[in-house]
Amino acid sequence: MNQQEGYADDVVKGFITWSMVWGLVAVLVGVLISFQIAFPQLNLPPYLTYGRLRPIHTNAGIFGWGIGSFMAFFYYITQRLTRTGIWSPGLARVQLWLFNLAIALAAVTLALGMNRSKEYAELEWPVASLVVVVWVIFAINIVMTIVKRREEQMYISLWYILATLVGVAVLYLVNNASIPVSLTKSYSAYAGANDANVQWWYGHNAVAMVLTTPPLAIFYYFLPKATGVPIYSHRMGVIAFWSLIFMYLWTGAHHLLWAPVPDWVQTLAMAFSVMLIAPSWAAVFNGYFSMNGQWHQMRENYLVKFLIFGITFYGAQTLQGPSQSIRTFSAFIHFTDWVPGHVHMGTLGWVSLVLFAAIYYTLPRIYGTEIYSIRLANVHFWLVLTGQLMFSISMWIAGVQQAAMLNATNPDGSLHYSFMETMIEIYPYWHIRALGGVVYLAGLCVFLYNIWKTVAGAKTQGAAQPA
Amino acid sequence: MIEKKPIVFLLLATVTILVGTVITMVIPFRWINDPKLAIASVKPYTPLQLEGRDIYIREGCNNCHTQTVRPLLSDVERYGEYSKSGEFVYDQPFLWGSRRNGPDLARIGGKYPDAWHVKHMKDPRSMVPRSNMPAYAFMNQPLDSSLSERKMKALNFPYTQADLDALKGKTELDAMVAYLQKVGNDIPWRKTGRAAVLGELKNPYQDNMSVLPEGKALYREHCGQCHGEELKGEVGPDLRDMDKPDAAIFGTIYSGTQAGMPGFGDSLGKDRTWKVVTYIKSVHRR
Repeated sequence: MNQQEGYADDVVKGFITWSMVWGLVAVLVGVLISFQIAFPQLNLPPYLTYGRLRPIHTNAGIFGWGIGSFMAFFYYITQRLTRTGIWSPGLARVQLWLFNLAIALAAVTLALGMNRSKEYAELEWPVASLVVVVWVIFAINIVMTIVKRREEQMYISLWYILATLVGVAVLYLVNNASIPVSLTKSYSAYAGANDANVQWWYGHNAVAMVLTTPPLAIFYYFLPKATGVPIYSHRMGVIAFWSLIFMYLWTGAHHLLWAPVPDWVQTLAMAFSVMLIAPSWAAVFNGYFSMNGQWHQMRENYLVKFLIFGITFYGAQTLQGPSQSIRTFSAFIHFTDWVPGHVHMGTLGWVSLVLFAAIYYTLPRIYGTEIYSIRLANVHFWLVLTGQLMFSISMWIAGVQQAAMLNATNPDGSLHYSFMETMIEIYPYWHIRALGGVVYLAGLCVFLYNIWKTVAGAKTQGAAQPA
Repeated sequence: MIEKKPIVFLLLATVTILVGTVITMVIPFRWINDPKLAIASVKPYTPLQLEGRDIYIREGCNNCHTQTVRPLLSDVERYGEYSKSGEFVYDQPFLWGSRRNGPDLARIGGKYPDAWHVKHMKDPRSMVPRSNMPAYAFMNQPLDSSLSERKMKALNFPYTQADLDALKGKTELDAMVAYLQKVGNDIPWRKTGRAAVLGELKNPYQDNMSVLPEGKALYREHCGQCHGEELKGEVGPDLRDMDKPDAAIFGTIYSGTQAGMPGFGDSLGKDRTWKVVTYIKSVHRR
């Protein structure tokens, strides 16, 4: 009954379930470390200090929740867009197990302090190698499914999926190149400014190839599914896609403005970051224009609410990002709390809202049931929206205030505040952020309860009337 | 059209991605870390310093502390001379960081005496009252040096058997302090880059008893951690019965000393520094 039209959806269920588990871990750890920053007594050395937990938070969020759900939806979407089953459901199942093994190993090794220190590429080489195996299996399976497709044309979502597969592979292999010393220790293959340049080429393009192209693939598929009307413009999709993947890879060094890397690299990064507004907003407009005559669905269809707010946060994110890449603005807000505010608008706002919609849409369909409660889905929406805004807005204000204080000078040209004096002033914002995290967590719990009841309902239904 | 040919599509997407990659990430290898830009005084890490650096990485210190001073007024005034790429040629990985939940550490080497770091690592709030840094008292444990030689070989750093033997009996804290004292200290910036004292050096508060309460409060906040609440000395020397001229004391507080006292000019400013001077001069051994 689940295998309608020969689609292998068991593995989709598996990836969705596990991505939700890792998502919960990411938010729980996130809430804990936001409290640790405000109340240092909550650090429990050696294993549970901010320094060791922070990479667990980012890895569980980006890779466990993000990549985990992308794997689910890539399999779901690809099967339907090619009208054929997964090339190898067995390999996909192996991939699910190895994926979970990798994320679990990541959490344990990071807590133990095995850490390459490169942001979003912290995992030591044995775990990183396992990730490569998972990705190769995934790529082969998806590409082979597309190759033996029964639908001639590839829809926009499949382009983004293919770009993700190669993009992540290139980024991950290059940045993880290292010199092993033992099973648990290695050194980066690059030194100093080179290492920094490679790392931020990776770091920023993980935002491109992990946190932008996959949610766009999912958005382009699920928006028309949810609204029942097609995407506004195929041509706009084509132009936006190619210019996005062309421009993104130039922008990494905007994380290194004013750092000792060559000026021309910094300037190119800044220029391309500003130009990137165009393809990003093409996707936003494509989404908005698809809603022409359909805006009433924002009230009637909870899925549309998640998707349209998601793409709206993407729009806000892709205005803020390029602004931050301008040298003068970067000089002001870089290294302050402005940046976590920005990042969390992207991860909690854009990526997660789109993923919530996709899960709400998909799970009842593959279990052959209805969503347990639309009212709870709305409660979930408002809680995560409120939590995210509390987080981002408090951090934007904290960032601007701290930057202003750090720059304040006395009449004789000396600095007015010591670093600690500026930090003491932002404790209240850190309290608000932690509270925002709790609100978001509450929203997530409502979501998980709703999903659990939906699936449990499907199982009792299935038991009552065996197919 | 290519939307019907997945393999062609895949190759074309790869080429598209590689254009920006090659230009901004591969080509710069030719210029960055060019031997011509090398700074002769920058030296590789010793085994003890490298072990300390690995502990710094293990604890994720880079999550809160950056190690790049930007060529901006507020950075240079607060932290010292701006960072140059030639200072990082032995850093695998780089540790520039991306967020300052704590201060930048690019110029921490030589700023404080070892004893300050020991106290601070064990209990950060004893030295910096409202700090939110976790306490690292557990670093009192013996240093595991079993991989030290392999690490030095992997990185092609020079070392002697004596260096390795010297690791015996050291604690993790010793290694950490050795690393911190090395960071940013390979170029002689501290001799030249000291905050200069501008204007006439005459104490505007000489014999002005009304500023003593404020001077005392400032002393407790900024100086007491090292010189003791009662000025009896601890990490730093005893300050009771200070017999130097006001201008000399002002210079020391404002600019710091070579012996490991940091300058407070950037955080106190001139006026508040004079108040501290006045308070210190008013304290005598009974």
